[in-house]
Amino acid sequence: MNTIRLSRRSVTAGIMALPALQIPAWAQTPKGVLVVGHLAELQTLDPAQAVTISDFRILCNIYEGLLHYKDGSLDVEPGLAESWTVSSDAKTYTFKLRKGVKFHDGTDFNADAVKFNFDRVTDKDHPYYNTGPFPFVFILGPIEKTEVIDPYTVALHLKEPYAPILTGLGGSIGALAGISPAAVKQYGKDFSRHGGGTGPFKFTLWESGQRFVLEANKDHWGGSPKLDGVVFRPIIDENARVSEMLSGGTDITVEVPPDNIETFTSSPKFTYYEQVGPHLWYLLLNTKAKPFDDKRVRQAANYAINKEALVKDILKGTATVADGVTPAAFGWAHDDSLKPYPYDPAKAKQLLADAGYPNGVDLTFYVTESGSGMLSPVLMGTAIQADLAAVGIRSKVETYEWNTFLGKIIPSMEGKAEIAELSFMTQDPDMHPFLALKTGAPVNSGGYSNAKVDALIEQGRAEIDPTKRAVIYKEMQEILYDDAPWVFICNWKQNAVSTSGVKGFELHPSFTTRFYKTYKA
Amino acid sequence: MGSYILRRCAMMAPVLFGVTIIVFLVISLIPGDPAKAILGTFATPENMAQLRHDLGLDQSLPAQYVIWLGHVLRGDLGRSFILHKPVMEEVLDRLLPTLLLAGTALVLASLVGSLLGIVAAVRQNAWQDKLITIAALIGISTPSFWLGILMIFLFGVRLAWLPVGGMQEMFGGGGLVDTLRHLVLPASVLAAVAGAVLVRLTRGAMLEILRQDYIRTARAKGLSEARVIYGHAFRNAIVGIIPVIGLEAGYVLGGAVYIETVFQWPGVGRMLVNAISTRDILLVQGGVLVIAAAYVVINLLTDIVQSMLDPRIRQS
Repeated sequence: MNTIRLSRRSVTAGIMALPALQIPAWAQTPKGVLVVGHLAELQTLDPAQAVTISDFRILCNIYEGLLHYKDGSLDVEPGLAESWTVSSDAKTYTFKLRKGVKFHDGTDFNADAVKFNFDRVTDKDHPYYNTGPFPFVFILGPIEKTEVIDPYTVALHLKEPYAPILTGLGGSIGALAGISPAAVKQYGKDFSRHGGGTGPFKFTLWESGQRFVLEANKDHWGGSPKLDGVVFRPIIDENARVSEMLSGGTDITVEVPPDNIETFTSSPKFTYYEQVGPHLWYLLLNTKAKPFDDKRVRQAANYAINKEALVKDILKGTATVADGVTPAAFGWAHDDSLKPYPYDPAKAKQLLADAGYPNGVDLTFYVTESGSGMLSPVLMGTAIQADLAAVGIRSKVETYEWNTFLGKIIPSMEGKAEIAELSFMTQDPDMHPFLALKTGAPVNSGGYSNAKVDALIEQGRAEIDPTKRAVIYKEMQEILYDDAPWVFICNWKQNAVSTSGVKGFELHPSFTTRFYKTYKA
Repeated sequence: MGSYILRRCAMMAPVLFGVTIIVFLVISLIPGDPAKAILGTFATPENMAQLRHDLGLDQSLPAQYVIWLGHVLRGDLGRSFILHKPVMEEVLDRLLPTLLLAGTALVLASLVGSLLGIVAAVRQNAWQDKLITIAALIGISTPSFWLGILMIFLFGVRLAWLPVGGMQEMFGGGGLVDTLRHLVLPASVLAAVAGAVLVRLTRGAMLEILRQDYIRTARAKGLSEARVIYGHAFRNAIVGIIPVIGLEAGYVLGGAVYIETVFQWPGVGRMLVNAISTRDILLVQGGVLVIAAAYVVINLLTDIVQSMLDPRIRQS
């Protein structure tokens, strides 16, 4: 018995004496290959079918759209199209395509390919429409038809003016323009498992639940990428992602849990990245019924919540306080003069009393357990409930699983709850207000209606001059700031961590991970 | 014997049929569907209607089930809504890792569990017995996912003896040794609870048998202690232990769901967790069907083994 006790004690002592971070030799990854700790299993290799940011983080390395987001911003620059013009009625967009671009399978990229790709997702009679569904193609707007003008000129005709199409074409779903028609024809429905684009990396191996491997496309029109390959490992459990990073099994990983950030920032072996994105975390208010039919009560809720504390204590700096409906990540369209509602419980109480509720109100507050972009929703909900109660907005929290939660609030939360958490991520300042604030809009769950806002949303969609469009959106933001249909809480700051040997990587506001310029020193 | 096996095989079909109906009903009862899971906050009525139509979800529930069953009878489990590939392909890709993990855990639990149970019984009330009983108690009461995280931290991160997850090295891996290295932690954790149950069971059974008259007779005849323990006592105890091992098979297959998630093991369990959260009905159906079939087969095998060991079962 004594021997056993002794050896157990010495093992424990031995473990305690070990350094916390010890990268073992067997876990070193090869120099030319980047191993990524990825959040989820890849769902599809078809950018026209893809629906998750997690998929687009991989696909943005394989496919390119007609347009491309500049590094560090959501402004578009030429991609597979070298230039473009817009007709005076704002309904026809004509693109001059880059010449000499080849798909990974060796076939040529040209106007016929672009037409095939847009027809496939918009024309129900197209022979390959059945390779869908294409749930997020609606982001590209009301495309009526695609016309080949010459082998390297193609025109998109819209049913009505839709200015957000440019950010759509530069974004994730826009990458469908660069799909290889030959590959679609070869694989049919199984194109989703084979893929084929023009991007800097091409797909080589996909082992379900284990790895997804990309190889450098040495013939890329912009020059070969610096890495020989990228391996994405699906590591769904966030603690497991952290363990793999610490043990050297991965070179880079995204969405580090707030509680683990310190582990990485305090060590010289790692580089920490963060980037705020076009995301808004907010509280939906039912504006159709008491008490939130009164603007003063809505403003009171905005004053009552200590957003700084939420961002600092709960989200550990993985978000910034929101100042209104349009996230600051939309540089050109964001109204920089707006400042977040200050934390002012006294003013909140006063507004509540002015609105005729000196004794406060009792409400129902919907909270979700999880959900894409929802950032610790249960903890946030609890803290918000306490802040609101402190000024007299007392709420009964009801917590639901994400799918159930969505069913409760879409299309309307009327008659069920007065407050609900929600978050939204978009690529154009038009989309969120259009879907969720316009009178009668499909996901306008709070039933908000403001004729002036409706008119501005319509004007913004039709205006092709970005400067004039920005003026329209800034006016809209000011009205919505004052009218407060929601409680504006925060904008998500996406993070990532890599070993310090990884160079040439930066996070992008679109939340995709682009590895074209990345290398390992 | 042959007719007994045939009869048991024939009983498998209705069991599996029942399982598919239950799974289909349960997953239809939870709110939300694949269309909603896919569209999230973009679930406008127009988008939902279009997507439901494209996915074939706009038909009635019984119609969906009948269509599915028709395909299954032709060996086609359908196409995953989320993974865009045939369910059969995905399930088969994932089945081998799960069987490897659960099989290893079951063998480990059975061997170590019954051996320690014998030691505890033979050394009743001695320190060996106390140590084993306490260890078994801890094994039974520790949540396996927590034990898993602890093991990862200790052996993967701190000591760096073993990989923290996955089934093979990303580079230069894939051989037997590499796979075994990856298997050690998840299989041990999964075996812990199952093994602990067997320790207690074996100990109890052995204690009872060791008090029997024929054991005293065997000792009086002058047989060696080893012969008495293994030849006489354990051979009788095992008849009671085998069916429990069959039940433990169900436990390790179910427990694999957590363990696969914690250790990134590319098995059916982890696939099911994702499929449920995205309401990927056909993938859930396919996965559960295969696990249920595996469970039924394992139980059949344990029954056969038991009937070979105990002639009374064959005759009844």
